[in-house]
This record gives sequence, structure tokens and C-alpha cells, in this order.
Amino acid sequence: MVGSGPGRPHLGKKRGIRVVYAHVVNVEVTPLPGIGTRQDFVSRTGRRIGVITYRDGKFELIISKKDDPDACTASIPLSPDEAGALAGLLGAPQLVAELSEANSGLSGVHTKQLPLVPGSPYDGRTLGDTQLRTRTAVSVVAVVRAGTVHPSPRPDFVFGGGDLLITVGTKDGLAKAADVLDRG
Amino acid sequence: MHHTTVALIELGAIFFGLGVLGRVAWKIGISPIPFYLLGGLAFGSGGLIPLEGIDEFTTLASEIGVILLLLLLGLEYSAAELVTGMRRSWVAGLLDIVLNAAPGAVVAIMLGWGPVGALAMAGVTYISSSGIIAKVLGDLGRLGNRETPVILSILVFEDLAMAIYLPILTAVLAGATLLGGLTAIGISLVVVTLVLVLALRFGRYVSALVDSPDPEVFLLRVLGAALLVAGVAQQLQVSAAVGAFLLGIAISGSTAENATRMLEPLRDLFAAMFFVVFGLNTDPATIPPVLGAAVLLAVVTTATKFATGWWAAKRQGIARMGRARTGAALVARGEFSIVIAGLAVGANAVDPQLAALSTAYVLVMAIFGPLAARLVEPAMRLASTRLRRTATA
Repeated sequence: MVGSGPGRPHLGKKRGIRVVYAHVVNVEVTPLPGIGTRQDFVSRTGRRIGVITYRDGKFELIISKKDDPDACTASIPLSPDEAGALAGLLGAPQLVAELSEANSGLSGVHTKQLPLVPGSPYDGRTLGDTQLRTRTAVSVVAVVRAGTVHPSPRPDFVFGGGDLLITVGTKDGLAKAADVLDRG
Repeated sequence: MHHTTVALIELGAIFFGLGVLGRVAWKIGISPIPFYLLGGLAFGSGGLIPLEGIDEFTTLASEIGVILLLLLLGLEYSAAELVTGMRRSWVAGLLDIVLNAAPGAVVAIMLGWGPVGALAMAGVTYISSSGIIAKVLGDLGRLGNRETPVILSILVFEDLAMAIYLPILTAVLAGATLLGGLTAIGISLVVVTLVLVLALRFGRYVSALVDSPDPEVFLLRVLGAALLVAGVAQQLQVSAAVGAFLLGIAISGSTAENATRMLEPLRDLFAAMFFVVFGLNTDPATIPPVLGAAVLLAVVTTATKFATGWWAAKRQGIARMGRARTGAALVARGEFSIVIAGLAVGANAVDPQLAALSTAYVLVMAIFGPLAARLVEPAMRLASTRLRRTATA
């Protein structure tokens, strides 16, 4: 197997010590001759999660079985769009974490991801229409849509149902903003 | 009726019949190869319906089938994959050779087929069917499993072993002496090394020779190159199949992938013809006398392949269930066993019964292999609960 360098997940080690960023994810890359490559890592809970990339470019999401970590409980074929969407869904917390990190020096400033549910009053309308900045003093710093991050959306950015808004503001402002997006 | 009319009707009936059989085979989850062989047995010499007037075409088509089977086997793995595969799995690969070639050789000797027959049968029982195995692993969703790289690396090693074995077999079949045989081994080792170096260092140039952005031109070039190399190899007494195989190894990268995609349907068509012709040329009446030997070989080589896989997976730290899956997955034999038997019988250097034994053996193994891969998990679970029950009782 390749790629078992430093930073392998320390399962069950360092017990009792709370290290926030202790879990470095080590992705293992294994060639599958004649088929493609398998890239996976072992999650903290001991499940193997990864992706098979076929030589012709197809993807498959794999998740290992609970009782037999060698085997897979699911291997789900994903189209590039679907893979991108999934990456976006899973990548948003990471983006928020990075922003929070960046803003952590400023007291009272919080970062939150607010979903724009389909059927929201602003589904199909622009960022300018929400008047979020004026009404709640909250800034939308990025929009995650179908796996793609649109940073710093302009006031004419048109929202769609299912968008994830990465917002920065005060605690109260963010609560108000969530209401605005839900009810108009 | 006009000659061509009869030929067209006969060919059409054969292909259509094979299509129906293939559909049935995949539906019940086994390889269509045994069905093709049975189809061939049913017709032709000693069969139910003799086919006439299409011998010339079917013979040539089956030759092309062998060439395409071997060309695609060569294309399947890149030279880099072959080299790393050999480095990583040579111990398991050698065990695989010893355990699985021996039963075939021993049975051939016992049947009095001499050293040449033993060499051919050793190949027949040794080589797993990478086609069947890859399909079964995909169907069962096991490509993401941890033991799958172990299975694939053994297949890669077998692939390389074929590159050395086939030229030797061809030389021996052509009636080479001991010295001639040793020379053949030397030459084939040198040629395989040269082709690997060529593919690793200058693969781009070989690929560029056949590559073209236009699919039509590309198809014609690849097929033309394969038949040319195969023909020249045949002329040099190295066997057409080996030439095509080495060409397949030399073509690399995206060219190889495109060539595989383009040639797969052609290979399936001509390979089906090859299996049918092999069945056609085998008289069904010769099978019952060797049936016992075939079943014995099937039982023994199922056990030896299973042991090979189990051991190889254990070395990689795979748990018991995964080891069992590795062993069972490798059991299937198929297309390449028939290719080897075809080479041997075609050269008229071995007992014609070898064809009957190989047919019966592959019939059993191509059906049982995928079944074994499917049934191994429930079987293991059953065995472990039984064990636990006897332990507590």
C-alpha cells in the first residue's frame, strides 16, 4: 500500500488529551491495476471511506462495512456533477471552519452557514433583494451551490433553492438573517 | 441455395444463438464462455447439426479471436503496473505457479500425455480468467474492498507469467529439443524484458504509431498493427498470440485505454467465435472418458487457488473473511485456459484428448468460479457459526 506517511489517524491513542486538530486525515492511494485507483481513509469511528476513480473517469463512493472493514457496505457510482455536489455539501463546514478561524481574532463576529431552502421567498431572487446587509448587518461571504463555491457574491447574484449561504455577523444578526431567508 | 446464402444463414444462426446464450448466462450471473463452448460442441464434428461451408471463415475468425484476446490482455495493464505488480507480488505469484500448474501437469503425466502435454495442461490449470474475475468483482461491488488489490496483483503476475510461458510453449510444441527449449526460454525472457523497457521508456512512440484522434482511423490502425505483428510473429515461429500480447504491453497510456474501449466489442465477437470453433473441433464423444479427470482437477485446483489467495491476502494483513473472498475470487478459469489448449491441440503435438479435458475443465471452472466468489461469504459465516456452536456444546 502507498501513502502511509506521517499523520496516520491515531485511533484510540492520545486518550484523555483534547487536541482539537489532532485528527490528521491520511488518505491512502492504492492502485487497482486494470481498473483505476482507490483513495480512502479510516474515519475516527473506524470506517473506511473513499473513492474509486476508474480509468475512464467514473467515480464510485465507497464505505466499508461495520463488522468487516476489508469489505464495502456500499459502492455508489457518482456522475461528476453528483460528486461535485457531495463535495460541496461536505466541504461547506470546512469553509465555515476556515472563515471562523480567520474571524476568531474579532470578538463578537460569528460565521454561520444558512441554507436557502427551496420555496424560500428569495428562491430565484437576488442577494440585493434580501437587503440582508441593511436589515441585519450580516454579510454573505460565499454561496455554495452544487459543490461549487461562489465567493463574494455581488448584489445581482440570483439565489436558487438548496444554496448554502456562508454568512458573517453578530449572533443576533445571524439569527435575524436566518428568519429573513426563511420568511422574507 | 447459393453457397453464400447458406453461409450467411449458418453464421447468423450461430451469432444469434450465442447472443441468446450470453444473455441467459449473465442473467444467472455466470460467464458466457461455457455456453459458447457447449454451443460449439452441439454443432460440428460429432454434434447434433454439422455446419458446412463456413469452415474457412470460422477458422480465421477464431484465429483473430485469439489475437484480440491476447492483445487486450496485454493492453489491460500498463508496463508500470506490470513492473510494480511483479515487485510486490512475486512471492504470491510463484506460489500461485507452483500450486496451480502442478495439478495439471501431474494429471497429464498420469494420462500418459508426456512432458509436452504436461506443460500445456500446467498452463490450462494455472491461469485464472482475468475477464471473469474483473466482471465478478465489479458485479459484487468488491472493487473498493481491501483484498481486491491483492487479487489484481496476482492477476498482473499471471499476465507476466503468460508472456514468458506462451513463447516457451510454442517452441516446445514446435518440437524443440531440450537445448531448443532452453534457448526459447532465454529468448522469451530477453524479448519480454525488451518489450517492457520499450513500453516504459518509449511507450509514447509505439502508442503514437497507432494513435489517431479519428476513431475510425484509430481502429483500423490498431487492428492492422495487431494482425501484422501477429502474422510476423507466427512466421518467426513465436505464435501469433504472443506477438499480439507483446504489442498490447508496448502500447500504453491513454492510447491503451482508447484501444481497449474500441476493441472490446470486436474481441467479444471474435472470441465468441473462437470458443465455438474450439467446441466445434472437439468431438462430444471424447468428453465422457476424461470427465472424471476434469472433475478431479476442478476440485484440486479450486483448493489450490483458494489456498493461494488465502495466503496472499494473509500476507497483506487481510482478515479471515477477506482472505476467503480472495481465494474464491481467483478460482475462475476461462478464456486463457482455452487459448492454451487451442495452441497445443492446433500444433498437433499433444494427445487430442487434451482438448476434451480442457473443455470439460473450463466448463466446470467458468461456471463454478463466479458461484464460488458469490457463495464464499455465506459459506464462511455458516462455517464459523457451526464452529462456535460445537465449541459451546
